[in-house]
Amino acid sequence: MSRVFVHGYGAVSPAGWGVGPLREVLTRAAPLPTKGHARPGWEKPLTVRQVPPPPSRPAFLTHARLRRTSPITQYVVASAMEAIGSDAPLVADGKLRLGIVLCTMSGCVNYSRRFYDEALRDPGTASPLVFPETVFNAPASHLAALLGTPAKNYTLVGDPGTYLQGLALAADWLVEDHVDACLIIGAEECDWLTSDAFHLFSRHVILGDGAGALYLKASANAGALAELQCVTDSHLFSRNQSRAQAAQQVRAQLPPESKNQLLCDGLRNVPKLDDAESLAWQEWCGARLSPKILLGEGLMAASAWQCVVSIDALQQKGYSAASVSVVGCNQQAIGTHFVNLKIGI
Amino acid sequence: MLFPSGHHPSSAPRVVITGAGIVTSLGIGWETNAEGFRLGRVALKPVTLFDVSRQRVKIAGEVTLPDSLPSMQLDARQESRLDRATKLLLLAAHEAWQQSGWKLCAHLPVVLGTTSGGMGMGEAYYRQALNTPQDHRHQPSRVIQYQAQNQALTLTEAFGFSGPINIIANACASGANAIGHAWELLRRGACERLLAGGYDAISQLVFAGFDSLQALSLTQCRPFDAHRDGLALGEGAAILTLETLDCAQQRGAHILGEIVGYGAALDTHHLTQPHPQGDAALASMTAATRIAGLTPGDIDYINAHGTGTPMNDVAEANAINRWAGDRSVTLPVSSTKSSIGHLLGAAGSVEAVICLMALREQWLPPTSTLQVVDPTCAFPVVQKPTSAKVEYALTNSFGFGGANASLIMRRWS
Repeated sequence: MSRVFVHGYGAVSPAGWGVGPLREVLTRAAPLPTKGHARPGWEKPLTVRQVPPPPSRPAFLTHARLRRTSPITQYVVASAMEAIGSDAPLVADGKLRLGIVLCTMSGCVNYSRRFYDEALRDPGTASPLVFPETVFNAPASHLAALLGTPAKNYTLVGDPGTYLQGLALAADWLVEDHVDACLIIGAEECDWLTSDAFHLFSRHVILGDGAGALYLKASANAGALAELQCVTDSHLFSRNQSRAQAAQQVRAQLPPESKNQLLCDGLRNVPKLDDAESLAWQEWCGARLSPKILLGEGLMAASAWQCVVSIDALQQKGYSAASVSVVGCNQQAIGTHFVNLKIGI
Repeated sequence: MLFPSGHHPSSAPRVVITGAGIVTSLGIGWETNAEGFRLGRVALKPVTLFDVSRQRVKIAGEVTLPDSLPSMQLDARQESRLDRATKLLLLAAHEAWQQSGWKLCAHLPVVLGTTSGGMGMGEAYYRQALNTPQDHRHQPSRVIQYQAQNQALTLTEAFGFSGPINIIANACASGANAIGHAWELLRRGACERLLAGGYDAISQLVFAGFDSLQALSLTQCRPFDAHRDGLALGEGAAILTLETLDCAQQRGAHILGEIVGYGAALDTHHLTQPHPQGDAALASMTAATRIAGLTPGDIDYINAHGTGTPMNDVAEANAINRWAGDRSVTLPVSSTKSSIGHLLGAAGSVEAVICLMALREQWLPPTSTLQVVDPTCAFPVVQKPTSAKVEYALTNSFGFGGANASLIMRRWS
């Protein structure tokens, strides 16, 4: 059996640009403040946790492909560049076949809403510059252009569990030698339209945006941080399987709790929505992180943050292993498990 | 486990097609479509789904949906809520499922390609949210129906199986990527059978988008014509039931064809424009032939991406010329987008089914609107209904973002 290892990770979140600010928020363990997001036709704004402006203009924005891009692309690129680190030049030099798997639920919603609004007002003046940026795979394409990789590049859509499906896909590409390395990014951008839609189902969910990225290789040589030990099956929600049952199936497929192990769950502090996952993990006694409670419901980005903070915790706190549980919005429950290479388990 | 997957066959199994369902503006089902493509019928008409009075172009390949869907395992409430894209998907899946002879099964992976899922629902949601912001009637349902995973989940419920569900959104290569990914899953032993394909319904946003780019033809969609001026949009779906050869033979299935190669590559030249020499198209065709153990000389027909835009067709022609070399001068190529338009996320899967038709019925579908062949084409473009010996067919799909995919299919005899 071939093995797959995490060689890097990156994040953009409501905590800020980079893994550092994310780590600080988790250390403080205090939910980030919310802010109002104007909703046309309503006096009262919607509540969100958005990515703050970057401390300085990211250098990648000077690239011709990235000048007009929407926030989601900027989050994708920033998190991916942090994750790939010093390997980036190897891709452009043709020394490293880099695959890209981008996962998103809402996609490029800012430009989609803007373009449709323009089309409704007057299709004759709807911007041809905006429309191409509405496609789901635009961020992955821009990232590939920046890095100079013509290798396999998939954009997957689905509920937040899809990010872990993306990890499994990338792992298969590595094992099958389709690529030498792979970036897997989960990303979302805030828009009043998405917040409005979630508001219909729960007024307690606070949407956040950003991205998280893992950088995987099939070798455990210098730089490997953790091993991707498994990704469980995708347990669909259906009339034959409730969310609670699906979450239990994930729990059963992940390794049993052991000493010095971390659980990173997707709880939001919204009881009705959290019930299935809470129940599945109620007997967990070890360390536990719930980043969405602090950062907001970042959908696909949040699943990526869960993986990123798990890997970071393995590095910073010396846990032996970390399990990640994702009980998605309306598709699936799924989990993954990482093992700390420094501990040598 | 999705990873590591338990079963790794010592050698990759052969993958065969045992069911194929197709819905286009030519009609619903294999027979109607095969007849239409064989004769090169054109099925483009004035758009009725939304207001196009202020658009430059006013025609597309709209599907005429039946009044009711075939019997499936959805209840009346579920059926009444189905959006247009889901109906297209279910119609194609139903035909494929019936043809395959598959019985109920618990675990059956699904790999779908789409560019916009239930965009029509999203548009309706936006209009109401903006125009009557305090009115939430029907809005929750629209939010749910809009999402591509909901369409896939509806598919699983309609046929009584459980996923996993994979949805690839690689723009207009999505359908081909979905079939290619499904082929790879079967070959690596992740499963013994699965459902794969693509679907997309015409939506106002996408129609306005292509019109804003001035990518739509103001005259007639004429792929590979020297005077071509753009594409036509269409809608539809195609679904394949795929299984390993062992699995199909053990149950005595009727085999329609075999998938033998898949290649994918990314064109980083521009977000919407291909590299003029078709570098990524060349890479995807080369990868597909290499993994199939074939050479261009073995391919008997290419169903080109052939959108009819000036830039796509010249890039694809250059790629085919470079890939095929001396074989170019005798290699028949056509684009069936002249008949049904560009089906976006469904295009790759629909064109895979058209290749399957050509392989099974031994004809080549013409690009019937072609008048003057672009001199870049070193290959013969099929212009009239043609009978031919077809053992291997290759289909190309390219999309925004530079997604390029090629599939190779083999006749089953």
